[in-house]
Amino acid sequence: MAASGTRVSSLRPSRPGSPLASGLRRLRQATATERREWRFALVLLMPAIVMIGTFVAYPFVRGIWLSLTDTVVGREGEFVGFQNFAKLWDDSIFRRAAQNTVLYTAAATLLKLTVGMVVALMLNNLLGFKRILRASMLLPWIVPTVLSTLAWKWMLDPTFSILNWVLFQLGLIRFRVDWLGGPVMALWSVILVNVWRGTPFFAITLLAGLQTISPEVYEAASIDGANAWQRFWTVTWPLLMPVTMVVMLFSVIQTFADFQLVYILTGGGPANSTHLFATYAYQVGVATGKLGEGAAASLAMFPVLFMVVLFQLWYIRRGEGGVKKRGA
Amino acid sequence: MAAVAGAWWKRWVFLYLPLGAFVIVTLFPFYYMAVTSLRPDREMYIPWNRPNFAPFWTLKPTLEHFALLFRETLFARWLLNTLIISVLSTGIALFCGLLAAYALARLRFPLGGTLGTSIFVTYLVPQTLLFIPLGEVIRSFRLSDSLWALILTYPTFLIPFCTWLMMGYFRTIPKELEECAQIDGATRVQAMVRIVFPVAMPGILSAAIFAFTHAWNEFIYALVFLSSATNKTIPVGVVSELVRGDTFFWGPLMAGALLGSVPVAFIYSFFVENYVSAMTGAVKG
Repeated sequence: MAASGTRVSSLRPSRPGSPLASGLRRLRQATATERREWRFALVLLMPAIVMIGTFVAYPFVRGIWLSLTDTVVGREGEFVGFQNFAKLWDDSIFRRAAQNTVLYTAAATLLKLTVGMVVALMLNNLLGFKRILRASMLLPWIVPTVLSTLAWKWMLDPTFSILNWVLFQLGLIRFRVDWLGGPVMALWSVILVNVWRGTPFFAITLLAGLQTISPEVYEAASIDGANAWQRFWTVTWPLLMPVTMVVMLFSVIQTFADFQLVYILTGGGPANSTHLFATYAYQVGVATGKLGEGAAASLAMFPVLFMVVLFQLWYIRRGEGGVKKRGA
Repeated sequence: MAAVAGAWWKRWVFLYLPLGAFVIVTLFPFYYMAVTSLRPDREMYIPWNRPNFAPFWTLKPTLEHFALLFRETLFARWLLNTLIISVLSTGIALFCGLLAAYALARLRFPLGGTLGTSIFVTYLVPQTLLFIPLGEVIRSFRLSDSLWALILTYPTFLIPFCTWLMMGYFRTIPKELEECAQIDGATRVQAMVRIVFPVAMPGILSAAIFAFTHAWNEFIYALVFLSSATNKTIPVGVVSELVRGDTFFWGPLMAGALLGSVPVAFIYSFFVENYVSAMTGAVKG
């Protein structure tokens, strides 16, 4: 242990190492002023660390433990190893939920990206009304999802559906569509509502990205003879890539872990065919009270979420490196 | 602005009409929510393929569904609960987030980068990953079925966002500003509270609006942690009390959905710019 206040750090060449090792090294070599600054930082960070530690990190550890026990509501369970996960693996409803989640995430994200990109490009070309359009467009994103989803459930009602009425009047359908009645149709209806709710987020964020692209780049491309389609793929798309990527990753995480839309629109039905990981975890863990199995079902999301987060961190890091190389 | 130039009809076909259609689709569910909340029951339940089905308006608007909402359910109480929970959890999140962001953006200390990254990762943890063990934690703290269960857990998904957004904001404020204050004899804390925070007010407002709407929106924690009817929030109350088995009371449901959406839409309408900058800022980081 070095005596506090000795000053050695600045003359030494910094050695490579893990952030933890270099952090500890700096801790040993700190001056009194540095130590004061660190104490101040620690005090400022304490409330956030306590909150997140108590209500995120601790539940996470406890969730892992819970998923390895046969706990049910009102009875402390015993350690059963990976039995809950094995049980889920053999559970046809869980398998269906896993497939649904993948399809739901992939289809909804791609549709939101496509529609959101088209809307962002149109808004970017609009001269007036931009603010009012942007403001009203975001309403599905602001309003509590459960409440707007209730309106959709009413619009998709088997007997009183206004959507059927409109499609019938337009001559697009001859018979009623039972939007939430059959397994395949129900999942696509949920995807439709997800796209309705999530597209504004894509459109507005991509628009913000578009507005940072200088018009001169387009002019240069036009002079080179590129048409609108070519300009999009050679100029807009690559320049917008960092924003697109981050928006997509956010959306993938939220869609993958979605609960509310399925809970309201189908409740996982008909015949448990439209569950997602989260709704199935709720049904097992909360509705039937098998806490251990429920915790396992929701932790089953973890590997995928973890990989998405890792990819996102890697992508952001890479982007920062690129900026440093290019800029300054 | 040259992408859709040329003939006027091109602007209509490629710009105004599709954008108009998109806005109509986006807003129609809210319009339909409002019409349904005013429609009398005997007009409501006419199958869609009957000739007298008039879905887009009502000839005899009524407030009976709103009256029922306040007379026969605890809607006023749910509204109050939602407001209390949203305001307090936003306050806690802002307090923790502001301090943490200041430390991460302004002070140099070991493991600062690692901490910043872990807060960002927490931002990405969805509520549905942890609701079952978190319910157990709530129970062991004896907070089940109390508003505090939500007031204390909502900040977990609001703090990372507030921190992330404010870090970006603090970085845009020149360090010289604080250094001047410190030369004039202010302590570090005084410089932070009296100089930096007021300058960061637009950012703080953005974070507050964003956090408030998120808290108002939350569903699964409220559904799992609260059980008695007097403690519910609007989304949970409406869903659990106005849906009986397979019977949906559509009139009061839509009235409740409308009233539950109005406060947050109202606040949003005053701070659209703040909200948008928070949303895009949160993504760009």
